[in-house]
Amino acid sequence: MAGSTSVEPFAGVLAEEYMKLHPEVQIYVQGGGSTAGVEAARSHAANIGMSSRSLLPNEKDLSAVTIAKDAIAVIVHPSNPIRNLSLIQVGEVFSGKVKNWNELGGPDHPIFLVTREEGSGTREAFQKFVMEKEEISLAALVQDSNGAIRQVVSSDPNTIGYISLGLVNDKIKAVEISGVEPSVSNIENGSYTLVRPFLFLFSGEPTREAKTFVDFVLSPPAQRILSKEGLVSILPTTALN
Amino acid sequence: MDIKEKLIEKTLLVIALSSITILALITFFIFEEGLPLIWKVGPRAFILGNRWVPSQGSFGIFPMIVSSFWVTFGALLLGIPLGLACTIFLCELTPPSIGLFLRPAIHLLAAIPSVIYGFWGLVVLVPLVRNYLGGPGLSILSGSIILGFMILPTIISISEDSIKALPKTYKEGALALGATHWQTIWRVMIPAARSGIVASIILGMGRAIGETMAMIMILGNAVKMPSSFLDSARTLTTNIGIEMGYASGDHRHALFATAIVLFIIIMILNSAAILLSRRRGGG
Repeated sequence: MAGSTSVEPFAGVLAEEYMKLHPEVQIYVQGGGSTAGVEAARSHAANIGMSSRSLLPNEKDLSAVTIAKDAIAVIVHPSNPIRNLSLIQVGEVFSGKVKNWNELGGPDHPIFLVTREEGSGTREAFQKFVMEKEEISLAALVQDSNGAIRQVVSSDPNTIGYISLGLVNDKIKAVEISGVEPSVSNIENGSYTLVRPFLFLFSGEPTREAKTFVDFVLSPPAQRILSKEGLVSILPTTALN
Repeated sequence: MDIKEKLIEKTLLVIALSSITILALITFFIFEEGLPLIWKVGPRAFILGNRWVPSQGSFGIFPMIVSSFWVTFGALLLGIPLGLACTIFLCELTPPSIGLFLRPAIHLLAAIPSVIYGFWGLVVLVPLVRNYLGGPGLSILSGSIILGFMILPTIISISEDSIKALPKTYKEGALALGATHWQTIWRVMIPAARSGIVASIILGMGRAIGETMAMIMILGNAVKMPSSFLDSARTLTTNIGIEMGYASGDHRHALFATAIVLFIIIMILNSAAILLSRRRGGG
């Protein structure tokens, strides 16, 4: 299997677990990005492609299975008084229209943006959900992983960034978007909207081995692993306990 | 015996050639992957363009070229005086017992992985800059300071060699004429070793321009043209390092094209250093 580097670590954990149960099977997990995942599935270079975004209209020849969902949280320093921003405000901040925290009701200090690098699936998703046609300001600091963004935001009270919800910890604060807290229940009931699917992709019918693996991934034990790793399971919370 | 000699000779030749071949292959590959994009965008637009937004097809690396030189200049501002002072001290003023300890310590500076420098900078230096000087802390100033230390071993070891290579008569003659020790160092030895010292500085400059990992961690990587030493910046190397993970298509080719520009800059610097150190023999 090959594709999205956002899905890769989770697929790796699942593959390891699966190989423990079926020692005769070998699963190789490779990164490369969502687009590479689409290509790999289409060309049968991999049995399973991985994607952290929905399929584009010209990719509908592939079949996709959603294995979990991942939310993007907008994060600030814990000491930042701001608790809630509207989607439009987040967009204005990241496009550089709103430059000072006092325009949002915070202290009088310039806002430092922290974003992911071009080509990152998380950045693509953020761009689509929040920015639409607007561009993320060129003045934004760029970090090349969720962890690096969290490090920068946790050490500077004037920064704002975005990371996978699963990686939010107590060193940073996830803000509410239009009054909706980013939580598993709000994602499940659809009120928190910055959510992207993690997909497994197939071109045509999956092979028998691939099919058994997917069945395993969709089963409660595997879903429990995913939700423990910080993703939002496709099964209701009650089915996991 | 003769056959054995020949065999060893040829084996060594093949090994030597293979390393050069690899260099040639790398060069060829970088140019093959990057040049088409430079033509497609236009060399002028690529090198002097101010906007780098690969998702919209804007590939302008001018801010990165400027940032690369800015960071390097800052590093030299710190590295040259420190390096020269250290060299003079090591060559002329150190008691042998201290030199025995100092020299390996400086070489050790070169052995520290750059990610460690980066991490130290991120945890210690960046907050200091942010709290006392303002800005995000991830800045050209922080990067320059770290780089200044990273190029010290290069500057010190090469300029020390060039001072040591001076004929003893220079120093003895100057002292015999009644010059003080300091006058001898400053007026005779440093000027005589000038070409070697300049070569060491240019090699240090090459090292500074090429540094990637520490800079990714410290510079903040914003693609905007920096307007002060406290601004975040992105150098040519960090542009490649930070974006290669996901780049595909034109974006990927543009990173190779960035590498071409970097390659040419480093080639020029290294050739200059080689030329200068060749002249050293003639004084």
